[in-house]
Amino acid sequence: MDKNISSKQILNDMISRHYKEALEAKKSGERVAWATSIVPQELLETMDIKVVYPENHAAVLGARKDAPAFLRNAENNGYSNDLCSYARVNIGYANLKESAAGNIPMPDFIFCCNNICNTVIKWYENLAREMRIPMILIDTPFNHTFDVPGHSVKYIREQFNHAIGQLEQITGKKFDHDRFKEVMKISAETARWWKKATALAAAQPSPFNGFDLFNYMAVIVCMRGKQEGLDLFKLWAEELQGKIDRGEGPWKDQPEKYRVMWDGIACWPHLADTSKILRKNGINLITSTYPDSWTIVYDSDDLDAMARAYSSNYANRNLAYGAGNIVQIVKDFSLDGIIYHSNRSCKLMDFRQYEVQRQVQEQTGVASVIFDGDQTDPGAFSLAQYETRIQALMEMMEQRRNERLSRR
Amino acid sequence: MNRIEKIISALEETANHPAKAVKASMKETGKKAVGCFPYYTPDEIIYAAGLLPVGLWGGQTDIKLADKYLQSFCCSIMRINVEQGMKGMYDFLSAVIIPAYCDTLKCICDNWHVAVPQTYLIPMVYPQHRKIAAGVAYLIDEYKRVQKELETIAGKKITEKDLEDSIALYEDYRETMRHFTAIVSRYSKTLNAKTRHLIIKAAYFMDKRLYAIKIKELMEELKRLPEEKLDGIKVVVTGILAETDALLDAFVQNKIVFVADDLAHESRQFRTSVRSEGTALERLAYRIADHDGCSLLYDEEKKHGQLLIDLVRENHADGVVVCMMKFCNPEEFDYPIYKKELEVAGIPMLYLEIEQKMDSAEQIRTRIQSFAEMIK
Ligand code: SF4
Ligand code: SF4
Repeated sequence: MDKNISSKQILNDMISRHYKEALEAKKSGERVAWATSIVPQELLETMDIKVVYPENHAAVLGARKDAPAFLRNAENNGYSNDLCSYARVNIGYANLKESAAGNIPMPDFIFCCNNICNTVIKWYENLAREMRIPMILIDTPFNHTFDVPGHSVKYIREQFNHAIGQLEQITGKKFDHDRFKEVMKISAETARWWKKATALAAAQPSPFNGFDLFNYMAVIVCMRGKQEGLDLFKLWAEELQGKIDRGEGPWKDQPEKYRVMWDGIACWPHLADTSKILRKNGINLITSTYPDSWTIVYDSDDLDAMARAYSSNYANRNLAYGAGNIVQIVKDFSLDGIIYHSNRSCKLMDFRQYEVQRQVQEQTGVASVIFDGDQTDPGAFSLAQYETRIQALMEMMEQRRNERLSRR
Repeated sequence: MNRIEKIISALEETANHPAKAVKASMKETGKKAVGCFPYYTPDEIIYAAGLLPVGLWGGQTDIKLADKYLQSFCCSIMRINVEQGMKGMYDFLSAVIIPAYCDTLKCICDNWHVAVPQTYLIPMVYPQHRKIAAGVAYLIDEYKRVQKELETIAGKKITEKDLEDSIALYEDYRETMRHFTAIVSRYSKTLNAKTRHLIIKAAYFMDKRLYAIKIKELMEELKRLPEEKLDGIKVVVTGILAETDALLDAFVQNKIVFVADDLAHESRQFRTSVRSEGTALERLAYRIADHDGCSLLYDEEKKHGQLLIDLVRENHADGVVVCMMKFCNPEEFDYPIYKKELEVAGIPMLYLEIEQKMDSAEQIRTRIQSFAEMIK
């Protein structure tokens, strides 16, 4: 990698290349898959299949303000407005197939893992049915226990084999188990470096620039099994370490006044507004639950460990884990506050949020607010409400800080 | 009151007053009761333990306490279940089983521990890959885990024989119910939409053995009657459940008869039988594997629409009524697919968005009326 180019530039190049190559591959007759964001992509990478991630694409359309046309299309076809807007954007896109904000090739098959939610099962079923293409499902039973139980691990591991059989049938190629091991190694390594880089935000001030996390997330979603993904996170970690060593904070023109965590997905259509208000107040968004969600780490020849890793992400684990995880984040990152996004799209995140907030508050005393929004449907968000909530958060953080100072 | 009226009114009374009915059943049978959240809980195992499985499908309670845990865009059935739990209305149950089929149910499992700590929770997860060997094996392991919990509650070991007996009893119940729903079109006045619903619902609050006897008696009595000429509209109804009273009254007023249903609350509970071979738990697991056309169970072929079309054809129905539970994602995702298929098949459809507690049914009443007029 050219040392003079920043990881941010590489990131942007990588993402546009990712989409361009997928489109070209499709044109030249290669098979393309659509997959969910924390899918065992190792299986696809091993088979050298081009993959695009509808959630990431929907986020791009959302951020470039092109989601409404697709949302409308889905609605006209009978999809309730109350369904996840990533699903609605993608289903609309599967019909219309053209966005000024960027295109993806249509899939030859789809690959779904419900470790993020069960919504994706329904969404992908519909894609499979409408396009008459095969669907591969890796079912990761919800962990109402703290850890992943043994019979779940066994069930998931056997589904890897089932999926390999399906992949061989779809592609007519044999699955290369040696290559699989290599990919597993790279994937776990990429995940480790992603975690390492994002953990550097713990420095005070944090070298992160507000919403950076959401940008780099695209790479951990789309390129986890690739060497270039791994290289990018190494470079990013290096840059961040450099900033820390030089004592540089997130912004050149102002200091980091407050450090917060964002719970949930960004409001893509309102990214500029939501971040500007934070920056104006010196609030730096330094982390979320996402660094851990993609920290899919396991030994490269241990399928049980891989099965366990894919079932161990935050969304697929119980509330005790979820709350404990945030409590740890509050401590590790010395947070002043938490912004909870009550995301109209995501019932699995929403319907535990109130209790998670209470438990985290009880255990850490950290200031927090909840605001209403949606990841891609612009209608569910109110700027006025957001501003009021952030104002309230500021006051709480200020008060806590004063209390702490007066105790000293 | 003649005999038929007596049987029906007793069942209606049961359905309309669940808590009272369950307590009466507990007294009558001397059993402890276990609450069963939707959907497909292993009632046979509960019954085999000498416990009474009781259905918990919401109700008519106002939401106040549950707002502490759930945003307003959560389905009403789960908001009400949490509310009722928090109010202590389930305190007389020895445990509840919550199976995590949808994202909402996963969250309800999690919240329950804190929101309703006094009512012991047995969470369950069903495999979505239910047709492959690994999925069946996983489900059997889940059943074994739950069986242990139930044995502790009952204070007794469940034998293979207990399970087989219980399965036989449930198979009899399911077959009886299939017969019952099949005769509705012949007795469309006596078994109007509302009565039919309440009769089926009563099963959730009674001992299944006693309930099946009642239904058989009812059918015997009905057979003695001359058939009632059906002069209304015949529909197949689909969705999670078809409530409230006002909704059902509107169907009755417009002479809309439910000749068949695909409701999770009704036929989806009894339309699939167990297989005859295998151990008891294998047979139960294969029942889930064989059960199709339900929005809660993974199906890449999406057979839901074809199932509705078949039900319409077999029962010579005039159309399909969709009772869409507001905020229910699994059902909302199935809808656009079967809607298209029904349109292609030329089957009229009425789409109603329902909540278990509706402030006003006025709009729904009007829509039902215009649908009836359109079909006539
Ligand atoms: S936003 Fe939530 S519901 Fe939608 S795909 Fe992501 S995890 Fe699932
Ligand atoms: S399936 Fe639908 S109605 Fe049932 S709990 Fe889930 S969201 Fe609610």
